[in-house]
Amino acid sequence: MASLQAPARRPRAAGRPRAARWRRHAWSYAFLVPAALLFCGFSIWPMLASWWYSFFEWDGVGAPTDWIGLDNFRDVLGAGGFWDAFWHSFLFSLAALFIELPLALILAILLNNAWLRGRNVYRLALFLPVVTTTAVVGIVFAILFDPIRGVVNTALTDIGLVDSPINFLGSTTTALPTLIGIDIWKGFGITLIYWLAALQTIPKDIHEAALIDGANPRQSLRFVVLPMLVPLAIVILLLVFQRSLNTFDLVQATTQGGPNYATDVVPTYIYRFAFDPFLQAPRYGFACAAGVVFGVMTLLITLLQAPVLRRQYKAGATT
Amino acid sequence: MSTTELVRDTPAPPAPAGPDRRNRWYRIRPNLWHLFLIPFCLLWVYPFIWMISAAFKSPSEMLLGGLSLIPDDWTFDNFDRAWTTAKFGDYTINTITFSITVVLLVLLTSATAGYALSRPDLPGKKVIVGILIATMFIPHGYTIIPVFLLINDLGLNNGLLGAALAQAGPVLVVPILLFMGFFAGIPRDLEDAARVDGAGYVRTFLRVMLPLSRPVIGTVTLLNFITAWNSFFIPLVFTLGAPELRTLGVGMFSFFGQEGTDWTGLAAGACISTVPIVIVFLFLQRTFVEGIAGAVKT
Repeated sequence: MASLQAPARRPRAAGRPRAARWRRHAWSYAFLVPAALLFCGFSIWPMLASWWYSFFEWDGVGAPTDWIGLDNFRDVLGAGGFWDAFWHSFLFSLAALFIELPLALILAILLNNAWLRGRNVYRLALFLPVVTTTAVVGIVFAILFDPIRGVVNTALTDIGLVDSPINFLGSTTTALPTLIGIDIWKGFGITLIYWLAALQTIPKDIHEAALIDGANPRQSLRFVVLPMLVPLAIVILLLVFQRSLNTFDLVQATTQGGPNYATDVVPTYIYRFAFDPFLQAPRYGFACAAGVVFGVMTLLITLLQAPVLRRQYKAGATT
Repeated sequence: MSTTELVRDTPAPPAPAGPDRRNRWYRIRPNLWHLFLIPFCLLWVYPFIWMISAAFKSPSEMLLGGLSLIPDDWTFDNFDRAWTTAKFGDYTINTITFSITVVLLVLLTSATAGYALSRPDLPGKKVIVGILIATMFIPHGYTIIPVFLLINDLGLNNGLLGAALAQAGPVLVVPILLFMGFFAGIPRDLEDAARVDGAGYVRTFLRVMLPLSRPVIGTVTLLNFITAWNSFFIPLVFTLGAPELRTLGVGMFSFFGQEGTDWTGLAAGACISTVPIVIVFLFLQRTFVEGIAGAVKT
């Protein structure tokens, strides 16, 4: 690290030998070492190694030696199971972006109002799922949605909404929507906090000035407050998108991708090929290739959004 | 008063007869929201209410079904069963050990790194900060396999330290940036004064700077403790071969796999897993919420 050049703007200390400069900052670099080790070992290296391992047929015994080129990638791209899992992961993201994000905004606008009594209690209630363990509340939901004696089915049949119990997590048609619903419930509080934080960056005066100028509250919201939110909304959108891809805990705890892979997502797909105890031999190379493909695809999706988002950002920042 | 509202539930009232009627409408209307919000929020937290109620019901009462949330006979048998038979007692200790180890690892590495990076004249600083921020936006794909193999090679598989390392590694960026920002905001005079008094680099850091950074330490500790407590993927992967080291989330998962019909026992296990962390959150919610909101504001 020390061999990196000094920041360009700083004039090079005339004549001072490199060793002296190095010594002056030696302690600083020493202080960087623990973080560098941890960060390189568990963040940078895994990203690079994923690529490397994905060129091998490898069951984890000994070093990877069986170089098979791009075969793993061909297998991943040709595997129907992978694309199903990818589509399911994508559906989780779509639901987060098109259902959770707007709903959270509406509730944030409501709960941001000073006149609403008890708004802190409401915020707390909506935020509560966030601080609990996903795997644990996932299992609680699995019990609530049980087809035989589960509370949801009991309530639905008692009211007379359904004739026969719905096997929410056990049927291929309802399992994925049910999990997506639980996922929204679980993450809603974080998105709500994001929006509330964004709303609080807008000075109250601006809204009041719009009202004095004759706008009604709804017009002020639509034409003054919301446009000002756009730059932060894009940050929130990216944060929610990143989080929505991480659905392993909920799916693994409740359905493990079943029934009949109807709820399989990419993380559970990868997990199955690497760690499933019923597997005879793990396929690390193949699992890494699946991870790499998924990473590249999500990066592409993020980059595809970038030009649109940048335009929106600029438009929002100038209004 | 009502001019500060941002949302209205109905269009403007049709042609108010007089200012009095209009005012009364404006006074009542905000309260109409409670008609929606109270049932909505109750439904929202219903799983938790059910969980606590079921944990105190007897298995036979659960078998009869019914929607009542008040147990007929209160019983502690479920907690007893979950704590000893299902080993939730051990799992609680494991979870606390795991979470504290993660917090210590994160604090130790991010405070020192943040202090080093807070020096404006450190050569290479921009490059390092740039790399840190870039990795926040690059999707990691699923990098668990190299992490798993690395821990394995270090001989730390099937141990809580290995899991804690894997948990702490990827979450370092935000704490480092927090500490960096905080230390950069402290006047250099303070450091200079410490040096004049004969304190070296390490001593200045430990005795002067670190005590000042208590607010950052608090935020980092709380956020990472809750995240570690709730994590599932990492502890699951690293305790596959060591069932006795399971954390609460992983223990709950295996309990569900083995005794899927013991609903009252599972509810007690869920209470043991979630109630402590919810209590921690309730006491320190402001710090936690501000920590999350910080991601948007910066």
